[in-house]
Order: sequence, then structure tokens, then C-alpha cells
Amino acid sequence: MISQLSWKVGGQQGEGIESTGEIFSIALNRLGYYLYGYRHFSSRIKGGHTNNKIRVSTTQVRSIADDLDILVAFDQESIDFNFHELRDGGIVIADSKFNPTIPEGSNVTLYAVPFTDIATNLGTSLMKNMVAVGASSAVLDLDIGVYQEVVEEIFGRKGQQVVEKNMEAIRAGAQFMKEQLGDSIQTMKLEKADGKKRMYMIGNDAIALGALAGGARFMAAYPITPASEIMEYLIKKLPALGGAVIQTEDEIAACTMAIGANYAGVRTLTASAGPGLSLMMEAIGLAGITETPVVIVDTQRGGPSTGLPTKQEQSDLMAIIYGTHGEIPKIVMAPSTVQEAFYDMVEAFNLAEEYQCPVIVLSDLQLSLGKQTVEPLEYDKIEIRRGKLVKGELPQLENKGYFKRYEVTEDGISPRVLPGMPNGIHHVTGVEHDETGKPSEVAANRKTQMDKRLRKLKHVRFNTPVHKNVKHEEADLLIIGFNSTRGAIEEAIGRLELDGLKVNHAHIRLIHPFPTEEVSPLVQSAKKVVVVEHNATGQLANLLKMNVGHADKIYSVLKYDGNPFLPHEVHTKCKELFQ
Amino acid sequence: MATFKDFRNNVKPNWCPGCGDFSVQAAIQRAAANVGLEPHQLAVISGIGCSGRISGYIHSYGFHGIHGRALPIAQGVKMANRDLTVIAAGGDGDGFAIGMGHTIHAIRRNIDITYIVMDNQIYGLTKGQTSPRSDVGFKTKSTPQGSVEPALSIMEMALSAGATFVAQSFSSDLKELTHLIEEGIKHKGFSLINVFSPCVTYNKVNTYDWFKENLVNLSTIEGYDPSDRDIAMQTLMKHKGLVTGLIYQNKEQKSYQDLIHGYSETPLAHADLQLSKEKFDELISEFM
Ligand SMILES: Cc1ncc(C[n+]2csc(CCOP(=O)(O)OP(=O)(O)O)c2C)c(N)n1
Ligand code: SF4
Ligand SMILES: [Mg+2]
Repeated sequence: MISQLSWKVGGQQGEGIESTGEIFSIALNRLGYYLYGYRHFSSRIKGGHTNNKIRVSTTQVRSIADDLDILVAFDQESIDFNFHELRDGGIVIADSKFNPTIPEGSNVTLYAVPFTDIATNLGTSLMKNMVAVGASSAVLDLDIGVYQEVVEEIFGRKGQQVVEKNMEAIRAGAQFMKEQLGDSIQTMKLEKADGKKRMYMIGNDAIALGALAGGARFMAAYPITPASEIMEYLIKKLPALGGAVIQTEDEIAACTMAIGANYAGVRTLTASAGPGLSLMMEAIGLAGITETPVVIVDTQRGGPSTGLPTKQEQSDLMAIIYGTHGEIPKIVMAPSTVQEAFYDMVEAFNLAEEYQCPVIVLSDLQLSLGKQTVEPLEYDKIEIRRGKLVKGELPQLENKGYFKRYEVTEDGISPRVLPGMPNGIHHVTGVEHDETGKPSEVAANRKTQMDKRLRKLKHVRFNTPVHKNVKHEEADLLIIGFNSTRGAIEEAIGRLELDGLKVNHAHIRLIHPFPTEEVSPLVQSAKKVVVVEHNATGQLANLLKMNVGHADKIYSVLKYDGNPFLPHEVHTKCKELFQ
Repeated sequence: MATFKDFRNNVKPNWCPGCGDFSVQAAIQRAAANVGLEPHQLAVISGIGCSGRISGYIHSYGFHGIHGRALPIAQGVKMANRDLTVIAAGGDGDGFAIGMGHTIHAIRRNIDITYIVMDNQIYGLTKGQTSPRSDVGFKTKSTPQGSVEPALSIMEMALSAGATFVAQSFSSDLKELTHLIEEGIKHKGFSLINVFSPCVTYNKVNTYDWFKENLVNLSTIEGYDPSDRDIAMQTLMKHKGLVTGLIYQNKEQKSYQDLIHGYSETPLAHADLQLSKEKFDELISEFM
């Protein structure tokens, strides 16, 4: 019996590889296993190798596994491309239709299963995915009954007969595989899971759901990988709440439309990736100087330009913090798990209104598209705070005066009224302005208003600016990361501790304003600091040096080949520092 | 009831004396009063340029954004609060150069806002460069030998993009301009009003006199029917776009907001932000 294993399905893009992984993982989720799924895909829609690697465990996992136990292959390319990941004793289950072969002399067993033939005999070759699901389940010794509910949900609309056929295909796959296996691979039998109900979702689902829970009722966006799922989810859900999504002509329109809607009082978001964020920069500055709340999601992917559009990277950091010309108050957050992504989105809307400034929620491709098991999200944790939004009646304005929308206050935050309110008339402009919003180039006013705006960031209250796992008062090593690297770092730390090192972990969740006070003591009490990030220039490491100092003991572990860190990579690189 | 004086504020425009934009300012103030608006019910969203300053010269809610983006901001405002009357305004460079993508798509989308372009065939604020509306041969700081790019036929473009309200006017004709803005506000959908608004400082060719000589008012064309798109197109082509009046209006077409599914009939800005527990549980269960 084992407590975790890693399974991968591969084939040609557009051939239903997705559904094989989907059905297999939904069933495992229902049984109470913790899952982590990561898809490898390219910019092509049809054709080209694609695969979905799913880690199954009886405890929480948030990283891709170092190796692979089971590979399900729909073509020879899938075997050739992924074979190196298989561990000693691993198995390949392949469609016998293409006469699969594996390299000689390896300690891997190949099982040729007639996926296509079995499916064709049952009615249609389309069901070959189901046969593969059945065969995989036999290896794990799963009870096939769990699929009944899943298949009904997916195919119920098409009638009972289709449901039955698909179940038959699963059963046939399982039966065939059982006969092949005999008693040979007891080691792949999974320990029973706790059977608890949990959510299984990608980061983008959580971001979109978090936006809904956070009161977003409008979205303006332009499609891009890996952000589009956010908009697609909200298009399905917002109309039932009276809201809407507009697919704009470009990201400049998306961002400015979101600014217009927020100005008029609706919590509105836009979401994009690096190329879109580059286009939004001028608009973000407008939100900054006009003190208009707006929430922008950046799902980072490989840059620059079109870069590696379907691959993992974390290279937008500096551009997001400093990209806008001029100097504005801006809040940048970086959730590191799907769960955090949900709660952070709710908070993003609160902070945007409380501090009346743009809030950028950074994600990365691995977090946005990787699918994680999530403990049920809690309704009671959802809180809506609208800051200094003025409600109720306003006193009459004398002599056509304007409402002091940009009143200089101690905390820098001014009362905010929405257009449509009697006696709240004021001007809003991206030109430097006075307390009523009227353009002003007077030097003293400029300084007062700049200071007022930037002062707002002195008071940013953020629940957990740093996720900390600090077991040691004095550590040999402090590992720092942000966004999706958390899983790989956590596993690496487990191994480093077994190696005898004292390791602390800080995952930065509030990127800007940088939580110097929280991070500084951790850096000071560590002999060495390693910043693990997916970019080539060590952007977070530089940010750390800028804010905390100690450049002489800060090292970088970088990866920018498009693939997410594996735990063993982080482990090995960190260990090397102590040899 | 508010009068046009209620839409005046205490800010002195920094436009050159004689600038065509003064009339547009006055026409918006009159039209707003004539359709029965109170100042707080109006939001004027403008771009960047001499013309873009207009939102600061009207006593109403105003948002002076960034160059070329008045339209997406204005559409966002209207989506957020459908009870507000939203006017977008800016220059020919703002709307037909840097913001052209938004102009075409705002036309297509047909959200119920009114867009007023102060077309002076030049870049005023940046001190006299060519604009997409400059005629061939027009000499400017950026086209010392005369412009070689043809001027955009903006009204024809609007018709081809599916506009439901297309009008053109001239700063000297305050009465017609006011009337067209009123009609634009009342129109249920996107209305485009291009106003020949002379720049007395940098455009010495397309002057008030030049327009008086060259413009044809549609009321002088017998039997002109603004509900006929074919005739509208032909008339524009025949007069090289130099016509004023209501060129085309489609009263049948529903606005974007009336067409989309589920969109709230009351202002979205007044919506309850808290999800109900039932709704939340329903959404959560879809991921289990
Ligand atoms: C992104 C950007 N590019 C350039 C400018 C400089 N700029 C300001 S207004 C303007 C053109 C103004 O022409 P138009 O829109 O016709 O307005 P007018 O001044 O003629 O009323 C330019 C190029 C800017 N503000 N922003
Ligand atoms: S430069 Fe031209 S457009 Fe600008 S204010 Fe003067 S006259 Fe008007
Ligand atoms: Mg101009």
C-alpha cells in the first residue's frame, strides 16, 4: 500500500486527453484524496503533444511530483516524451492500437491495453478515454462504483444509454487490466482516503469565485492564456446576479472600462497576463492619481513579448510594481495557494476601496491552471468593507463649489462619493489637481497631493503579508518565494531537514508595499537566504535586497525554462550551498 | 428644474479666445437642461487634448481620463449606473487616432451613451500636428510638405461600423448643435456627434469662414430621410462628408444593455455586494 502516487496521461491535443484526466481526478477527489494536477500544453489547439500529470495523495500536495508511477499513453510520442520521468518499477499503460514500445533495459513494465478496440466494440472509439480511466483505476485498486455519479453528471444530458455505455467502457478497461496485472504490482495499491468532501479547482476558478464573493458585479477583459478562465467563469455566473462581462477590443479598453465602472461604484475587475498588463500601465497610473479603486489580476506566463505563452514564469514582478510612469500608491498581492487566491480576491476589492487605489493580484500559470484540492471555502470569512465611501445625504454645496473628493487627511484617504449623488459633484482628472479635483500646477499643492496619495500605503492592513513556516530561531537557511513555488519549497524543506539543516520558509503574499518588518527578522536570523523564483534575473531577490539589505547572504535559485520547479530541484540547489 | 446656468461652474476655460470648443461647452449645458437633467445626473467623460478639458468646464460629474480612452471609461460608467446620463467627449486625435479602436467598438457595442467629438482637423494641445482628419496637402508642424495621408471619412466609417445614431454639426450653429445633443442623449444606444470645432490658433485652413462656405445642411436637401442608411451613405459621399444635421438614426435597434442577458434593470452600483449563503453554497458545490 502507498499513500501517494503520480499518474500522467498523454496524447495529441484535441483528442480528449483532458477528459481522461478530468474524470479520473474528479472520482479520486470524491473518494477524499488530495490531488494536484498540472497540464502541459502548447499554443496549438489541435495536434501537438499534451499531457496532464496528476498527483494523488492522502495528505495535501501542492507540487508536481519529481517522478512518475503510471503513464497512460495514447500515442508513441507520449511515451517517448515522458518516459524519462518514470521511476524504477513504474508502468506504462498504452493503447495496443499503435503497437507501443518502451526503451530496452529499463525497469518499467509496459501494458498494452486495447483502449480503442474495446471502445469501438462498445459503440464508439471516443470512449477510449473511459477504457483508460478504467485500466488506471484497476492499478490503484479503486472501486469502479465511484464513477457512476461522475459519468451521470457529465453524460446525463445525453441519456441513460450513453451513461451506461461509458460505465461499461470503464468496467471493461478495469477488467482487462486486472487480468493483465494478476498479483504483480501490489505496490501501486493506494491507501484508502478519508472520504471527506473537498473542492478541486484551478487557481483561476478560485480567483473568479473570490471576485464574486468579494462583490464584483462587472468585468471587462480581453482573452489571453492563462487568464481567460476567470472571464469565462464570470460570464456564466454574473448574469444571475444582475452583472455583466464585456469582452473588450483590447486590454487598454478593459482596464479603463473597469476604472470607469469602479468610479461609478461597481466593484469591477479585469484579468490578463504580461502582454495585457504592459498595455494597461498608463491606465493603472490614471487609477492611481485619480484614486479610483480597481482590481487587476495578472496571471504571469513566460515573457517577454509573446515569450512562452503556455508556460510557467514569474517575471512580471518588477514591471507590476514599477511599470507605471510616475509614482502612485498601488497594492500588489501574490496568493500562493488556490485557497489563498479565493480569499485574497475578496480582500483585493476591500483594499481597493479602502485605500482607493489599484490593487494587482499576481498569479502565475502554475497557480492559475494547476488544479488543487481545496478545503471547503468558508462563507463566514467573507467580509465586505468599502472604506470611506460616503452614504446618505450630503450637505448642499455653496456657490457651485465642488465636493472635496481629494481632501487632505491624516491617513491620506479622502471621502469618496459616486456620480449620481446630489451635492457630491467634483472633478476627476489624471492631471495633478487640488482637493476638489480641479487641475492645479501650484508647487505646494503638487507636493501636498503627492504626499497625501503615497501616505495611504503607510497604513495598509493585510491579514497575512507573509506565509511563514518558522521552526527555528536561528536557521541555517531561509527560503523565500512567492506564488506557486510554495509546494515545491515545502517539500524541499522536508528533505533538507532530513539532511540535518535548519530551514525556515517565508512565502511573500503582500509584494507591495513590501512587508519589510515581517521579513527582516527572518533574514537576520538565517545564515543563508535563498530566493526561489521563476525568472532569470532574480527579481524577488533584488526586491528583498532593496528592502531588507543583507545582499551578501542572499542567493538565488532560478528556473526559467518554462517548467515549474520540482521539489528535488529546489532541494539539490539549496543543499549545494552547504557543500 | 435646472437651467443651463446650473451646468456652469466657476472654472474659466483655458481655451484660446474664439476656439470652437466654447460652443460645444454651451451646447452641452443647454441640451442637458433641455432634456430635464439635474447636474448630478450627468457624467461627462473626456479624453486628452484642448477639447478634453471640457469635462472640467461643466457643472456635473466629470472624469478627465487619458488620451484616447474616454469611450471605454464612459462605457464602464454607464454599465455601472444606467440611470446616469453619460456623455463622452474629446478631440479628433483622441477619438480617431489613438482611440480609434475604441470608437469603432463603442459604435458596434451600442451602449447608451453620447459621444461628442470636437473635430478641428489638427492636434491643438500639442501645438499643431496633423490629425487623421487633416486634408491631403494640409501643412502642419509634422507635415511641413503637406499631409499625404487621406483624411478619414469618419461619418461613413461610423455607418459601416453599424452606428445607430450619426450626426454632424458646426460650432457656429449653437441651436442645431444643442438640438442634436438632446437627440443624442434621448437616443437609446450609442450616438456619435462629430462637431466641426475650429482651432483658431493652429488651423488656418479649416476656419469658420471655410466651413460656412463648404458645409451643406441636411435640412436643405429635399426629402432627406435619416432613417435610410443607403441615402445617408450616398449623401455623405456626394458631399465629401461636409454635411451637418442628423445623418442617420436607427430607432429600432436595442441598446447593448437591453440586449444582454440577465443585466440588472436598476443601477448595478446599487446592488447588494454580499452573496447569499445559499448562492455561495451552490457555487461551492460545483467544485466538489
Ligand atoms: C499616450 C499619449 N500620447 C501622447 C499624448 C500627447 N497628446 C496630448 S493631446 C494630443 C492630441 C490632441 O489632439 P486632439 O485629440 O485632436 O485634441 P485637440 O487638442 O485638438 O482638441 C496628444 C498627441 C498624450 N497625452 N498621451
Ligand atoms: S489651440 Fe486650438 S483647439 Fe486648442 S484651445 Fe486654442 S483654438 Fe482651441
Ligand atoms: Mg483636434
